[in-house]
Amino acid sequence: MQDFLDWTVVIGILSSGIRLATPYLYAAIGETFGQRSGVLNLGVDGIMLLAAFSSYFTVLTLGSPWLGLLVAILVGGLMGIAMGFISITLQAEQGISGIGVYLFGLGLSDLLFQKFVGTAKAISGFKEFPIPLLSKIPFFGDIFFSQSVLVYGAYLLIPLAWFILNKTTFGLNIRAVGENPEAADSLGVSVQKTRYLTLTLGGILAGIAGASLSIALLNVFQQNLTNGMGFIAVALVYFGGWRPFYVLLGSLIFSFVNALQVWMQVLGVPIPSDIAVMMPYVLTIVVLIFSAGRVRPPAALTKTYERGS
Amino acid sequence: MKRLVVSLCLLLGLAWAQDAFKVAVVMPSATNDLAFSESMYDSLLAIQEEMGADNFEFDYADGTFVVDDAAAAIRDWASQGYDLIIAHGSQYGAPLQEIAPDFPDVSFAWGTAGDTFGMDNVYAYEAASDQGGYVNGVIAATLSKSGIIGVVGPIEVGDAKLYVDGFKIGATATNPEVQVNVNYIGSFGDVALATEAANTHAEAGADVLTGSAQMVVGAIGVAKERGLLWLGTQASQTELAPEIVVANQVYDWTVILKPIIEQVKAGKLGGEAYVITLENGGLDMEINDNAGADAKAAAEAAISGIIDGSIAPLGE
Repeated sequence: MQDFLDWTVVIGILSSGIRLATPYLYAAIGETFGQRSGVLNLGVDGIMLLAAFSSYFTVLTLGSPWLGLLVAILVGGLMGIAMGFISITLQAEQGISGIGVYLFGLGLSDLLFQKFVGTAKAISGFKEFPIPLLSKIPFFGDIFFSQSVLVYGAYLLIPLAWFILNKTTFGLNIRAVGENPEAADSLGVSVQKTRYLTLTLGGILAGIAGASLSIALLNVFQQNLTNGMGFIAVALVYFGGWRPFYVLLGSLIFSFVNALQVWMQVLGVPIPSDIAVMMPYVLTIVVLIFSAGRVRPPAALTKTYERGS
Repeated sequence: MKRLVVSLCLLLGLAWAQDAFKVAVVMPSATNDLAFSESMYDSLLAIQEEMGADNFEFDYADGTFVVDDAAAAIRDWASQGYDLIIAHGSQYGAPLQEIAPDFPDVSFAWGTAGDTFGMDNVYAYEAASDQGGYVNGVIAATLSKSGIIGVVGPIEVGDAKLYVDGFKIGATATNPEVQVNVNYIGSFGDVALATEAANTHAEAGADVLTGSAQMVVGAIGVAKERGLLWLGTQASQTELAPEIVVANQVYDWTVILKPIIEQVKAGKLGGEAYVITLENGGLDMEINDNAGADAKAAAEAAISGIIDGSIAPLGE
């Protein structure tokens, strides 16, 4: 048995955790924008699936990962607008319409996959892109600076999201619309427009989350590829109290513990596999229990808004 | 008059349909998952080819990973006059146990499992996947240069557990020095975690990998990317990465479906358990040329040893 605190193992766990957290980060930050503006989008997983397939198919047929990413952004954005149309314009109940979007994405992505691809084929997506100089730093270089472009993007997104939400007028509008839409509306902030924008942005980020799986980390597509990751991303938004840095913290805890349990099993630590695979979930629940009630959700979350009602 | 014509047509249609043996099957993943569901789908296609499309029809619901959906499909089919309903997945056992008694005239089969619940309209079937696991283990130990082999397993149950257990014993029997690192990811569908598990095996020094169930597609991708060898099971995974897949244990369910169909036709609706093995041909070892002569010879010796009983794949 290899020594558990061997540097290779520590580097392995950390870089594996960084990769595992990537799709959660994109999806959860996108969801954070939507929820801060008062819209719960449970369709994230479906959007991820549809974008994962579209970008995979683009790379499979045209070969360019960047084009694949562009397609994922377009598909994600369109799905975000569709969610907006259902929940904002038609004022459908958010929870139910989100589930509808999820089932639509799950079904359509599989149908298209069966129709146009059939059996899983491996593709050549985004490669690891070691950042010059930084990737040479001992220890940290291997963990943080020898990953794929989409992995770097996820981590750069966190401070950016924080900045947009807390330091820009757009962010102020989002928060106002999510806390008190009537007041925001009376001050001339369009509730509908703001919510459409956050849902579109959320859709785009969910799309990139899907692409980060199918054309960067896994380079393959399969029915239900995300395996419910979009729902875990929604949970991570609650976990992080609707704040980007805490969402990052939640995603990292979950992913590092997941990477840790994978390594523990590989190194033959005598622990039943059923217990090992439970670890990230149990830990997440424990942290949630202790942090419950710390932050309250946006006051208008899940409430449709109609002027004058 | 019009109504009469329609009824006559319906009656004729029914009469025609009754000639064919009708099977319905529910499966947890896609019919082309390169693994568990594909093995059943391909077997049914083979039987249809043999018996002719007029004599054998089958319907399927694939991708039914939600057990409640599967239960609804099974119940629907049971009331629609199918001769045999197959619940292809051990997770469907509990609902089947409730549904089967409500339809005593319909025959059911389920697997992989060995338990017919003591019901005389339920067949059970399983795969002695430890046998091919052992053979793959022999090949892996022969081909590994680093002496470290990685296994990406789904959940520690059923044919996956049998496969992994047989694999470990086969590998260490061939070379006691070899180290087999096993990881169960706790899911049949989590491609992301299976991929990361394969990366982890590679970083821990493994140069030959194997794994069971439909979520291994990502792990095969990792093996391809890093130039590691892969051993497949359930269905042939060679087409996904021909250059690195050296051998596959392929499930051929026709071996047990044929006797079940004959029995149902003869009026016996269940009560028996079947196993596919190397001996009865239900398990087929597909060894590719890139395995090389040494590994091929070692594998063939192991196959004959298992068939003649001199090798016990799960140990003594």
